[in-house]
Amino acid sequence: MTATDSYQTPDGRTIGPNVMEMRNISLRFGGVKAIQDISFDIHEGEIRAIIGPNGAGKSSMLNVINGFYHPQEGEILYKGEVRKPMKPYEIAYQGIARTFQNIALFKGMSTLDNIMTGRLTHMKTGMLEQIIWSGRAEREEVENRAFVEHIIDFLEIQTIRKTPVGRLPYGLQKRVELGRALAAEPSLLLLDEPMAGMNVEEKEDMSRFILDVNDEFGTTIALIEHDMGVVMDIADRVVVMDYGKKIGDGTPSEVRNNQDVIDAYLGVSHD
Amino acid sequence: MLYREVGEFKPSYKKDQQTFPIRLDRYGYYAILAFAFCVIPFLINDYWANAILLPFLIFGIAAIGLNILTGYCGQVSLGSGGFMAVGAYACYKLMTGFPDLNIIFCIMLSGGITALVGIMFGLPSLRIKGFYLAVATLAAQFFLIWLFNKVAWFYNYSASGQITAPERTLFGEIVTGANATPEVAYLVCLSFLVVLAMVARNLTRGSVGRKWMAIRDMDIAAEIIGVNPLMAKLTAFGVSSFYVGIAGALLFSVYLGAVEVGEVFGIQKSFIILFMIIIGGLGSIFGSLAGAAFLVAMPVVLKNVMVGQLGWAVDLAAHFEFLIVGALIIFFLIVEPHGFAMLWRIIKEKLRLWPFPH
Repeated sequence: MTATDSYQTPDGRTIGPNVMEMRNISLRFGGVKAIQDISFDIHEGEIRAIIGPNGAGKSSMLNVINGFYHPQEGEILYKGEVRKPMKPYEIAYQGIARTFQNIALFKGMSTLDNIMTGRLTHMKTGMLEQIIWSGRAEREEVENRAFVEHIIDFLEIQTIRKTPVGRLPYGLQKRVELGRALAAEPSLLLLDEPMAGMNVEEKEDMSRFILDVNDEFGTTIALIEHDMGVVMDIADRVVVMDYGKKIGDGTPSEVRNNQDVIDAYLGVSHD
Repeated sequence: MLYREVGEFKPSYKKDQQTFPIRLDRYGYYAILAFAFCVIPFLINDYWANAILLPFLIFGIAAIGLNILTGYCGQVSLGSGGFMAVGAYACYKLMTGFPDLNIIFCIMLSGGITALVGIMFGLPSLRIKGFYLAVATLAAQFFLIWLFNKVAWFYNYSASGQITAPERTLFGEIVTGANATPEVAYLVCLSFLVVLAMVARNLTRGSVGRKWMAIRDMDIAAEIIGVNPLMAKLTAFGVSSFYVGIAGALLFSVYLGAVEVGEVFGIQKSFIILFMIIIGGLGSIFGSLAGAAFLVAMPVVLKNVMVGQLGWAVDLAAHFEFLIVGALIIFFLIVEPHGFAMLWRIIKEKLRLWPFPH
């Protein structure tokens, strides 16, 4: 399939044109080449997986998209325009949200406050209005609270609304983190190993939520995951990385039959 | 039994988000306010005002200020004493430079000036964190005290090096100077505390406060979500210093009347305010006030017991006072590391079921 066109998935969803395109991205830390000349695109409404062995540069790739790292070479097209180098918080305002490999919730705050914090990009009142509180600040708070409650219902975490997240079990924390990212109503959602360390039931729940998010909100999702079963099941297209290079790109079945990918995962004798 | 929320329903998010969502709390709060504004001014005398009430109100403001910075935004500061001095000297310069300016404006402006100074000293916080930031703010403490000692312009070239508050009135009542009555001083400080506490509450419950707390809990995730770390930290430094500056201005103009900078605003003040928020509870406005009340009242109570009741010598009692206050701080920290605010929360949780736990 060509890079910029819409396409149909086997299950009948129509995937739109691309929202993000990485062109020849290279990222080096001193002599270490974390990412070498990688290009791929993410289409609107699709679930795009990035897989690869440990140290392949997957998280670095997300950090590039997020603006934590600035690649030495290459350019990023977002919504059809070349993106200038930006700070991570500016990129948040562009509609890119993410979750982290190790949970990065605000431990001292309640579930509700965590997800409300995810709405920051939608809250406009300034400090003076907040000091007075009644009026615009309060109205804005209530409006955003209503949206957050919608997400809380969606993720089925109503009962832990006011619990400090530090006290929650791991699986629920992952779910709250997903909620926090969703609260931003992102046009592109990055998930860094959303199922790491979960048992089978929790993985099923999380897969269901990811599919539902994609289905109900139409959110474009890029995710890193190690569980091949999950990736092959939920992803529309998969990028495979190894040692900072792209070794495969395509639908799950294409990737599964790619000889380079099989070699990277199963190992091959270098002779 | 008595304290419960059964039968209280919140039909709107607005109701759920109010400061005191439980009716009993709300009535308790109104009762305390009414008592503080309408009853205490008739009972107050010089001793109560000067020993307990005024220092409590003033240090309460300072503790809320430091709590905004340290408890909500997670930036440790040991410069509170220095920032209080900025407030005091700004107030002095304003009072002497503009004799017609209303004292309330003087105090507010002093807060504003302190906020600017605080933002300046908060700039390094973008690069340095934790203990290292604490040391940087310690530098602010020593630098500011040195500045006010050395540069004679700040104390209007007075021979003693002290600053003395001239007499100012508000609505015809004397507020500052030697002739001020305790009830007027008390009401001025109380009004400042109540208004500033409400402002702090509004700031910390909305998006500004969540930005601060996000920076405190996980700065990387905060940035990803759209928090500009520099802005969040600098606003915390600014607001915090505003509070501390107002506390300094009140301490100088309304409470003490005359100030020698090294003595009043030394490093001990920074530590005492820090102790207040640690004992009271980081990230809690109630905690700031509880901590301030504890550290202000405890020495007075101990002194009264030891000197008044047991008849010990004053100097012996003074030494014992240090020992006991220190021991109590350690005791409370072991019992509840999250301070009085958490203790209070736990008591309320228990009370919801008491005396029928099933």
